[in-house]
Amino acid sequence: MAKILMKGNEAVAEAAIRAGCRLYFAYPITPQSELIEYMAKMMPKVNGTFIQAESEIAAINMVYGASGAGIRVMTSSSSPGISLKQEGISYIAGAELPAVIVNVQRGGPGLGDIQPGQADYYQAVKGGGHGDYHLIVLAPSSVQEFADMASDALDLADKYRNPVLILADGMLGQMMEPVEFKPAKTEEEILKLRDQHTSWCISPNQDAPNKHHHEINSLEIDPLVLEKHVNDLYKKYAVVEQNEIKYESYNISDDNEVLCVSFGTASRIVKSAIDDLKTKGKSVGLIRPITLWPYPSKQIQDAIGKKVKKVYVFELNTGQMLDDVKIAVCGKVPVDFWGKVGGIVFTPAEIEEKLEECF
Amino acid sequence: MEVIAKRPQSLRNVPFTYCPGCLHGVAHRLIAESIDELGILNTVTGIAPVGCSVFAYKFFDCDMAQAAHGRAPAVATGIKRARPNMQVFTYQGDGDLAAIGTAEIIHAANRGEHISVFFVNNAIYGMTGGQMAPTTLPNMKTSTSPYGRDVSDIGYPIRMSELMATLVAPYYIERVSLLSPAEIIKAKKAVLKSMTYNKEERGFSFVEIISTCPTNWGTDPVKARDWARDNMLPFFKLGCFRDKGEGVE
Repeated sequence: MAKILMKGNEAVAEAAIRAGCRLYFAYPITPQSELIEYMAKMMPKVNGTFIQAESEIAAINMVYGASGAGIRVMTSSSSPGISLKQEGISYIAGAELPAVIVNVQRGGPGLGDIQPGQADYYQAVKGGGHGDYHLIVLAPSSVQEFADMASDALDLADKYRNPVLILADGMLGQMMEPVEFKPAKTEEEILKLRDQHTSWCISPNQDAPNKHHHEINSLEIDPLVLEKHVNDLYKKYAVVEQNEIKYESYNISDDNEVLCVSFGTASRIVKSAIDDLKTKGKSVGLIRPITLWPYPSKQIQDAIGKKVKKVYVFELNTGQMLDDVKIAVCGKVPVDFWGKVGGIVFTPAEIEEKLEECF
Repeated sequence: MEVIAKRPQSLRNVPFTYCPGCLHGVAHRLIAESIDELGILNTVTGIAPVGCSVFAYKFFDCDMAQAAHGRAPAVATGIKRARPNMQVFTYQGDGDLAAIGTAEIIHAANRGEHISVFFVNNAIYGMTGGQMAPTTLPNMKTSTSPYGRDVSDIGYPIRMSELMATLVAPYYIERVSLLSPAEIIKAKKAVLKSMTYNKEERGFSFVEIISTCPTNWGTDPVKARDWARDNMLPFFKLGCFRDKGEGVE
């Protein structure tokens, strides 16, 4: 299939539909509104359901209902709206339901601004809602990857019965890049997807003796039962950590004197700086975590070559992923951080300047 | 020996968690009987709220979802849109539906979702221990209105059925009560009608059920019913506000 020039917000929506998502509930917010608008336009054409909900809270609870009924479903928003969804996300994780949430991040806190940011890392990776749970968090760095993650996220959600969050930002949402889509699932494949969860989900019953009583629920009033439930969740998360870590290595070699760690939009700018330094004979490597949870800790540790004097973390926030890098590096070499906030994106020259100071 | 009354097929053989004298059991029974009579147990699903009826997901024999506080109409929307061949109902109390879940109920009704909402109004929060509800009557004492509900400070109780009736989309809106056997029979008719309309995909229906809370009202079940009759019914008037099936607009 030929490449199409598309905004990230539209590409992820198109890719989700192709991957068999037929239910989408959301509320408008900048800078993700093209996503909801694309769904409004396209869902009726594939006999799908689009509802502009009365709030992000309602939207995520519609997602809870639809995923409880075992059907592929997605919602999206931007930072303040994702905060509103946290109650529902916690319930979805607690009830072990498959669902995909897209966060096209903007500057915060509060109403912040509508420029790109990465300040929702803690919220995405460390919790966000109440209780012990994890989301699987995917961080794209291009429109193509943003689109590809729609089907990956839907698959992961179904595989682990767990909410998956795609943590993009306003840059990726608004930017146009060429994107190539995977072939759309056939109606037959989509019908098959509808039945994949009928062993536990809300669905029409069979007559006796196969009649079922399924409960979609996160309430366990008996503390011992809740303890077991949470422990079981963490056994599942251990499997996710075992199987699903994804990252990109860029210019990693034994000659690296600095190792960078950066994700999403920020990592693209770091790559430009690395390329430029290479022409000057300075070797800098980059680990770009693609899954922010589970986190590629070991891969970061393994990438610290003998000559690496420093690990440098670049983020569009005040240093959130930095904590996880420090845990991964475990004091082996110093870890430094530089970031920009308020929707301001750093330039390759600024990154280069910071890195040159390390040599 | 002939059995003349038994547990409806749509209720599981699980003990209720309600206080003695509570009417939730009656309300559950009316819904379960209606599901039995319509023969839809295999295709119906319900949403339990947060409140005393939080465990309703254990009681009905169909598939059930438990929803976050107030969000049952949104959850019901998601299920109904995902599984359009199923009949979806919510069961909600006054704190759940008329306070924290006001937006969800209004907008589910306004979209005309093809669901049934059973709204149990007993003018108080039960599960959390008798706090003031949006339907608590003027001057009524609760644990968070210990000097009586001061309408100059906190406003008047909300009449949800009347509020819903200002919307164009709802198909059926009726307020009934469980205060006497005769009223329970009328309530049954309303519940059955709602579930019938649900099965026939007519549209959104809303049945408000006036009930009691002897425990948190600090009285016995019989006196609670008298109190409700004397105090709630003058404010929450029983009757049908909308029935498009019978030309009541």
